[in-house]
Amino acid sequence: MTSVALEGLVHVYAAGEVRALDGIDLSIASGERVALVGQNGSGKSTLIRHLNGLLRPTSGRVLIDGTDAAPQTVAALARHVAVCFQDPDQQIFAGSVRREVVFGPRNLGMSGAAQREAVDGALEAVGLSAEADTNPYDLGYSRRKLLTIASVLAMHTPVVVLDEPTTGQDARGVARVAAIVEMLAQQGRTVVAVSHDMRFVAEGFDRVVVMRAGRIVLDGPPADVFGRGSWDTLASTFLEAPFAARVGERVGLGSTPTDAALVAAVAGRGDG
Amino acid sequence: MLTLVDVSYRYAGGESPSLRDVTLKLANGEVVGLTGASESGKSTLCLVASGLAPRTIRGTLEGQLSIDGQDMTSAPMHVLAASIGIGFQDPVAQLSGVCGTVFEEIAFTPMNLAVPRDEVIARTWAALAALRIEALAPRAPNTLSGGQMQLVAIAGLLAMQPRHLVLDEPTAQLDPAGTALVGAALARLAEGGTSILIAEQKTDLLSRICSRVLVLDAGRVVLDGPAAEVLADPRLDELGVPVPSAIRLRRAIDAAGLMLDIPADLVA
Repeated sequence: MTSVALEGLVHVYAAGEVRALDGIDLSIASGERVALVGQNGSGKSTLIRHLNGLLRPTSGRVLIDGTDAAPQTVAALARHVAVCFQDPDQQIFAGSVRREVVFGPRNLGMSGAAQREAVDGALEAVGLSAEADTNPYDLGYSRRKLLTIASVLAMHTPVVVLDEPTTGQDARGVARVAAIVEMLAQQGRTVVAVSHDMRFVAEGFDRVVVMRAGRIVLDGPPADVFGRGSWDTLASTFLEAPFAARVGERVGLGSTPTDAALVAAVAGRGDG
Repeated sequence: MLTLVDVSYRYAGGESPSLRDVTLKLANGEVVGLTGASESGKSTLCLVASGLAPRTIRGTLEGQLSIDGQDMTSAPMHVLAASIGIGFQDPVAQLSGVCGTVFEEIAFTPMNLAVPRDEVIARTWAALAALRIEALAPRAPNTLSGGQMQLVAIAGLLAMQPRHLVLDEPTAQLDPAGTALVGAALARLAEGGTSILIAEQKTDLLSRICSRVLVLDAGRVVLDGPAAEVLADPRLDELGVPVPSAIRLRRAIDAAGLMLDIPADLVA
């Protein structure tokens, strides 16, 4: 089933100079994990702001669960799509971690035990259960970022959108975000994430969509998008395949986008 | 030379020090990497080493800090500002908010340091070119993407040409090519004699540009040595530091009992 569909999506910001999105056609199935990558300024954040109606198309259509998003309010779309911003400080406003996370579920009409469970589950997923009463601004940047992820998890939407979720995270934080993406996939929820971390993308996503100057230039599974045949296109949008992919192609083992894939390919060569 | 000896720092209202007994010497032209888990003290060390804490962020400082032989804690702000630059983690906090174009934003710092007008213009174009963002010059800073803002903030520091530079995760929001361009620009700046302290989670970048790397844990320096040694230390995982790509892959291959020569030019 199609979860999100973009048809001929064009967005020109009010200043009128920049065609931030220049004809995007993209269809995402329910439960798919899609990574959106591309050069700084290629339109990734602009694209995801269309998924919950924060931005509206200059032309083209956005369909959420098969329904045109145009007549729907941001509040109505919030039942389907939760978006976590790149900069946590654009999102956080409440005086405590718990109050921050409860805002979304409460506005969706959740109450009582359901609301408590949603909030507790989200805090546990990001490892902030012990900080429920802490002021968000007493947390460091990486935990503020995890807090904003908890806020969107607690909304229990079918579609979760994360803008650069691993930015500013240490190794443990990246592992935690990867586990959250995996958990969402197991629950059958759709995940769309913007990222510059090619290893995170290659290891945790089914599909990689590469953007350049407001258009999609590559779209496929990590093994295709990070394979040698795509390197010129990747380079044109200032990206580079993950280290394991570059090593695999160089030593003649084909497309090995992850360490695990490369190890398997080396093992296979040993057998042959 | 930027020197910290036995420096501890406790934020006002903080229950315990965020930095404990940190000793760090940064020679002219040296690039030193700083890494560690979240909340291990990297940002605090950046604020202290650049003289902003406790000057503008209240707290209690112990130990000695000196810059080019002068005691930093007593040096007037205008003296410090001319010799040390700092790049914040959040570019929105870095940008002046008073400049209508990216070009003016980058020129803002050298202008305030009374650099002659022609040279300000030359340095601004050079900084834009170094990060390949010439096309952004006429844009309004507040219309840029997160990564573009970060590049503009770094360009401003390049145009400043400080003798010492402290950077707090300068490439966090950058794409891989942007990260590589910043790395190359910092290496060139260091060749000109600038000493650079760079806090990063991207240990691949640190392995390319740093001669030395320090790892912080709970405010203390727990590893300090040549970059190649520190970044191959088996304790990195438990310290919450990402293991560089080549070393991680090497270990995965070894753990599977397999053989593979990783091409050296891919590691560099």
